[in-house]
Amino acid sequence: MDTPQKIANGAKPWIEQAETPFIRISNLTKKFGEFTAVDNITLDIYREELFCLLGGSGCGKSTLLRMLAGFENPTSGRVEIDGQDMANVPAYARPTNMMFQSYALFPHMTVEKNVAYGLMRDGVSKSDAADQVADMLNLVQLSEFAKRKPEQLSGGQRQRVALARSLIKKPKLLLLDEPLGALDKKLREETQFELINIQESLGVTFIVVTHDQEEAMTLSTRIGVMDQGEIVQVGEPHEVYEFPQTRFVADFIGSVNIFEGRVSADATDYVRIHSQEGDCDIHVSHGVSCTENQKLWFAIRPEKLTISREKPRGKFNFVKGVIDEIAYQGNLSVYRIKLASGKIVRVTKSNRARHDGDAFSWDDNVYVSWDEAAGVVLAQ
Amino acid sequence: MKKNSWFVTIATTLGFAFLYIPIISLIIFSFNKSKLVTVWAGFSTKWYAKLLNDPQILGAAWISLKIAFLSASLALILGTLGALVLVRFRRFHGKSLLSGMITAPLVMPDVIIGLSLLLLFVGMEAMFGWPAGRGLTTIVIAHTTFCMAYVAVVVQSRLVDMDESLEEAALDLGAKPTRVFFDITLPVIAPALVSGWLLSFTLSLDDLVIASFVSGPGASTLPMVIFSKVRLGVSPDINALATIIIVVVAIGVVIASTQMKPKKVS
Repeated sequence: MDTPQKIANGAKPWIEQAETPFIRISNLTKKFGEFTAVDNITLDIYREELFCLLGGSGCGKSTLLRMLAGFENPTSGRVEIDGQDMANVPAYARPTNMMFQSYALFPHMTVEKNVAYGLMRDGVSKSDAADQVADMLNLVQLSEFAKRKPEQLSGGQRQRVALARSLIKKPKLLLLDEPLGALDKKLREETQFELINIQESLGVTFIVVTHDQEEAMTLSTRIGVMDQGEIVQVGEPHEVYEFPQTRFVADFIGSVNIFEGRVSADATDYVRIHSQEGDCDIHVSHGVSCTENQKLWFAIRPEKLTISREKPRGKFNFVKGVIDEIAYQGNLSVYRIKLASGKIVRVTKSNRARHDGDAFSWDDNVYVSWDEAAGVVLAQ
Repeated sequence: MKKNSWFVTIATTLGFAFLYIPIISLIIFSFNKSKLVTVWAGFSTKWYAKLLNDPQILGAAWISLKIAFLSASLALILGTLGALVLVRFRRFHGKSLLSGMITAPLVMPDVIIGLSLLLLFVGMEAMFGWPAGRGLTTIVIAHTTFCMAYVAVVVQSRLVDMDESLEEAALDLGAKPTRVFFDITLPVIAPALVSGWLLSFTLSLDDLVIASFVSGPGASTLPMVIFSKVRLGVSPDINALATIIIVVVAIGVVIASTQMKPKKVS
């Protein structure tokens, strides 16, 4: 068998048809009484991926993770890890380890003992275990805290102990439940990159559960967006952001303006949509499979919109409104523009100059325009 | 720091005086030379000497300690198991009824517990000849029954507070369920086990009513002996005995509180 190309080097096994998936989840369902937490999910994940399950609270992402770890038994369906069916494998015998949201550090053991726990259960000799623990603590930069108890550590240090403990057995698959959720924003950003470095240097497959879309975008090779127990879209971060398939995904990831409209012209290489609520005609420079007069949604990100005082040329792709609200955020400003129909359009503009003499102000009459390839047409 | 108001100072003083003046006077009178309990006639330790040569008191103290130790240990095991079932197992039919019933002995009058246990023991002896007669065994069983309820309540509250993902983490790292219990669950709930055991031990040492019901010849506990002596008039050697018990308990409390204090974060 030839060694597959490393994901860290830019390979994309999910595109190559020949690659065998490392984790195969097929028709997996979990019901708690009447409530369906995970609804018939089928998903393939490849070796050395850093896959993010992204969704709001109660969407079933944690339940899916717990089924992979073996803490919950599926109601139906199948989980396969590296070709092995996990149906009758108890949690303590699975080739997976988990990093818990609460970190779940054993309070009565030192950092060293916490990290060594998994090795001791495998019957690794004391001296071997001590060496491996020392290496691991070195990797997460905690060597000097080896003798401390968890209660004597800061949040960030505990997070790293939890990571070290879950990595020490070199699991085939590491499951991370909101790994950065308890850290403050600045620390979270630093830790994100540390996590990626560790993942790439060890070559372990990661599945991360998160509700934070920025975190998912930064960390992952691919994102699976979940809603009400189902996976609604799987894709690389830029695909999920730029080519959402549903209004839910477009709205959940980043912020977006959505215009409801009907198809007014449908050709092979373009489509035109008339939107009542935007009082505008939208021209999209690619074909869309639709029928005349069909109801559609046009989604466009705030940063792809341009504000101007002058009316743009042409008949398409602009709306007219009044600036209702301006939020200055330092690096960029967010404008909320009210259209005649009452609809609010969000536009972001990066503040490139330190002093903008021609800045827009409240109650200015403006036009908001966009490029014919800047938005996405959504059928649902 | 703000000065305490006169009201707080007076209330505290009065409260503690109310609690401790009887005990202090008891300790003082244990060193009284006179045979009369209420008349001070000079310092003496003769009542302590007399106590140490009194086989009845010493025997009763030994029996009480044995009973307290045995029933506290049995109650610890049974109460912990009960708490585990009530906290950790998935909802089952009658779970809330059971968890209510386990705390019932806490509010049940001692007289009722004692009487019902006596009837049970008599009935059991008539049916299968065990326990043969009443004595140490029946007192241990009786004390275990009501101490178990206290242990279950104490351990239950600790288990509810415990993060269940600790156990899952150990399981995930390759420990089998029994191993998880001894490596993780037990150490985490250890403080509750210690206080449950100590509580049971004191409750058993303290009990007069239930023991009186289920005791038999040759198995008089210390409270029973003290009570029967006092009925014939308070004698100063009881003061001496009480002083010894107070000192032992005080030492125990000090040790327990220094051991249980959570360690300071450095």
